[in-house]
Amino acid sequence: MADLSISEANADAIEQAAVDAVLGDQTAEIRETERLVRAGTQRRRDHRHLLLPALHALQNAKGWISPGGLNYVCRQLQVPPAEAYGVATFYDLFRVDEPDTIGDVTHVCVDAACQISGSAERQRELAARGVTVHRSPCLGQCDRAPAEFVQAVAGPDRVDADSQPYVLPQHGDSSLRLLRRIGVVDPNSLASYQAAGGYEALAAAIAMGPTAVCDAVAASGLSGRGGAAFPTGVKWRAVAAEQGRPKHVVANCDESEPGTFKDRVVMENDPFAVIEALTIAGFATAAENGWIYIRGEYPLATRRLSEAIVQARAAGLLGENVAGSGHRFDIEIRRGAGAYICGEETALFASIEGFRGEPRSKPPFPTTHGLFQEPTAVNNPETLLNVLEVINRGADGYREVGTENSPGTKLLCLSGRVARPGVYEVPFGTTLGEVLALAGGISGDDPLRAVLLGGAAGNFVLPDQLDMPMTLEDARQRGTTLGSGVVMAFTAEVDMVAVAVRIAEFFRGESCGQCVPCRVGTVRQHETMVQLQQSGALTEQRRELSDDIARVMADASICGLGHTAASAVGSALRLGLLGEGPGDGGVDQGRLP
Amino acid sequence: MTLPTNPSGAASEVNVNLTVNGQSVSVPAGTTIHRACERAGIDTPTLCWAENLTPVNVCRVCVVEVEGNRTLVPSCARAVEEGMVVNTDSERVRHSRRMVLEFLASGVDLDQAEGLRRWLDEYEADPGRYDQDGLPARTVYEEPKVQDNLYIRDYSRCVLCYKCVEACGDDAQHTYAIAVSGRGFDARISTEFDVTLPDSACVYCGNCIGVCPTGAIQFKTEFDLRQASDWRPDEQTVTQTVCSYCGVGCNLELHVQDERIVKVTSPADHSVTHGHLCIKGRFGWQYVQPVDAPTRQRRP
Repeated sequence: MADLSISEANADAIEQAAVDAVLGDQTAEIRETERLVRAGTQRRRDHRHLLLPALHALQNAKGWISPGGLNYVCRQLQVPPAEAYGVATFYDLFRVDEPDTIGDVTHVCVDAACQISGSAERQRELAARGVTVHRSPCLGQCDRAPAEFVQAVAGPDRVDADSQPYVLPQHGDSSLRLLRRIGVVDPNSLASYQAAGGYEALAAAIAMGPTAVCDAVAASGLSGRGGAAFPTGVKWRAVAAEQGRPKHVVANCDESEPGTFKDRVVMENDPFAVIEALTIAGFATAAENGWIYIRGEYPLATRRLSEAIVQARAAGLLGENVAGSGHRFDIEIRRGAGAYICGEETALFASIEGFRGEPRSKPPFPTTHGLFQEPTAVNNPETLLNVLEVINRGADGYREVGTENSPGTKLLCLSGRVARPGVYEVPFGTTLGEVLALAGGISGDDPLRAVLLGGAAGNFVLPDQLDMPMTLEDARQRGTTLGSGVVMAFTAEVDMVAVAVRIAEFFRGESCGQCVPCRVGTVRQHETMVQLQQSGALTEQRRELSDDIARVMADASICGLGHTAASAVGSALRLGLLGEGPGDGGVDQGRLP
Repeated sequence: MTLPTNPSGAASEVNVNLTVNGQSVSVPAGTTIHRACERAGIDTPTLCWAENLTPVNVCRVCVVEVEGNRTLVPSCARAVEEGMVVNTDSERVRHSRRMVLEFLASGVDLDQAEGLRRWLDEYEADPGRYDQDGLPARTVYEEPKVQDNLYIRDYSRCVLCYKCVEACGDDAQHTYAIAVSGRGFDARISTEFDVTLPDSACVYCGNCIGVCPTGAIQFKTEFDLRQASDWRPDEQTVTQTVCSYCGVGCNLELHVQDERIVKVTSPADHSVTHGHLCIKGRFGWQYVQPVDAPTRQRRP
């Protein structure tokens, strides 16, 4: 790598101090006497992963990333300014133009659950009070719509609703597994967590040994809860089998699927469980490096997890010799900066590594070429919490609830027109109707029109599907998905066209732009929906276009974002939710072709 | 970025057997599907692929159907496997290729992308169908950036194939003056804070021009002639020579119109340059011709 060309703009003292506070003495700068190009190049590579935290520091210090500030980071980390600028402009939470007034920005969610619960009114109300308002994609607080998140300058970001104590809707239900500690254990106290049985699973796992842990996870039938439902045991065994290179386990806490907020509730209220389970993942796969990649809009969860890590480290549950096992393992937290795509595992790697959050082609898969091209297992918090249950109950005990092909329980995010929105834990096999009843049924006087399952990347289903058992196999058989556990109810008075337009706009805004099918397809899909909204009906030509667009995105996009970007909108069209009358494709059974 | 793979796509001595469109093909292990198709005499459209660059597989125009894969796969980057069954001409493949080409043509000015225009015809792309009365399809239109006398950037023609970024960075020049900025449809090739090229890290090697498939980056000489409607490629001659500036021995191709050099390229398969040059070879040719250019005098 040649010498960097950096402009003359300089950082001011505030920016320098902010960056120094993050980087400390970690610098990739070439020393005066150094002649070894190879060593310098290697040091640049080793430090690149600090770019994202450094950009966060600049953004927070001044409310924007100035040319001088960026130059300072580029000099410290030896990143070419054009590349650093490319990274900074990738994320919604970073701005690279000087704002008129520097101060806190209130992000108000505009996605479906908030859209139908007064988001627009809330934005107007805040703006009238002189607040700087930014329209934001889903903030993961659909249970308290319309949601807000305050991005601060020179202070911590905050969610004002977090000052209220969290009350679990199912509090006191003795059948709870994953949620049983919420509201019982003090999330700020390791002692409290341990008093409730915390860290017994880690002790048991160490006694079992790594292979037996992987075997138990495989025997339990546990599958990933992020949406793809990949068998966790298969993933862990693949990473465990890799030898001779550093290995990683990553908790994917970048929960950003519109309608999803279960992981936030878990992280905020039971952070030690996430840390313990990730430690077990590291032990089982013989990985020494744990990472938590958490979305930037989750300040409370980030704080709770950070504090939990400090306490666990102090108690010897992380570090050189985890709980006396001889295994070395520690965890580093990385904050995302507003990019749905970074929940895609390979985009998540790129983001941590200090590059634009663009997904990579698979194969090769993360189990062999993951973070830093090293073997990596990625699991989301809900999946990790299930591991604790597998260890504590044994695979057979774990399988006592749920179905043969979908063992265990599932966290569901109930939102929209339900009486008591929130996170609910139900055994797989509970019907959709029972789930809605658990949340107090439909709210308001209007009848149920549709339910969105699996989020913006999922499908709408009609009320004739209330008998559907919530299992992976039933969902698949009926042409839908449980995805990340979104169950969002819409009643007859909701403007479904507006909802569909917003879903299309969401994907348009969140496409990373790397591949043509998704970069252009999401724009053309949105234009089609806007045309429908403006004219009241889709022309035959546009309907055909819409199908053509959906097919190429599903077939030829690089990653899951593109593959599913037309899913919800397409199902709304087919089911006649957009005022067109039912199309073809087995709508009588409510099944999607 | 993708994994470092051999850009030529060929590798070991062990052979792998696969079928492409029902035809048996045997190629060395490590070969890409794209290369195997070539061996079988099957023409595959590509846009972001080039033999002198690492595959980024972003354009998706080279996708093929591989049995057992849920989605289509990029042939330029996927290595062949024993027993693979590849179909390059199924309805699914044709649909995706047609849509990718249509998508590009609906938002980008492809007038000068000659290779692409051929594929648009072949796949019967109809980019006009995205425009609707009162709701024109969004395009990437912006004014050309003319910031110096050597080359211009006209991002209305940019298909975001990443080639210029690769040539500026890891694959050739290691200058990193440009990168992709922004996100989604608003993603653009840019310097930091969009500063002008003279203010950026650019060293004017012109390797970005060499790899650009659509004319989004072009010689100022070509740009001016095109503006004057005086660009006549059919009348141009190409003279091969060796650069005289240093002893490396870079091959140059001098494109000449009206006895004036209008641009300089180097063959992508040349063992010394792999198609890449430095500022001297690319732009340092004024001394071989008189200052008073007849073409300039003729221009209105």
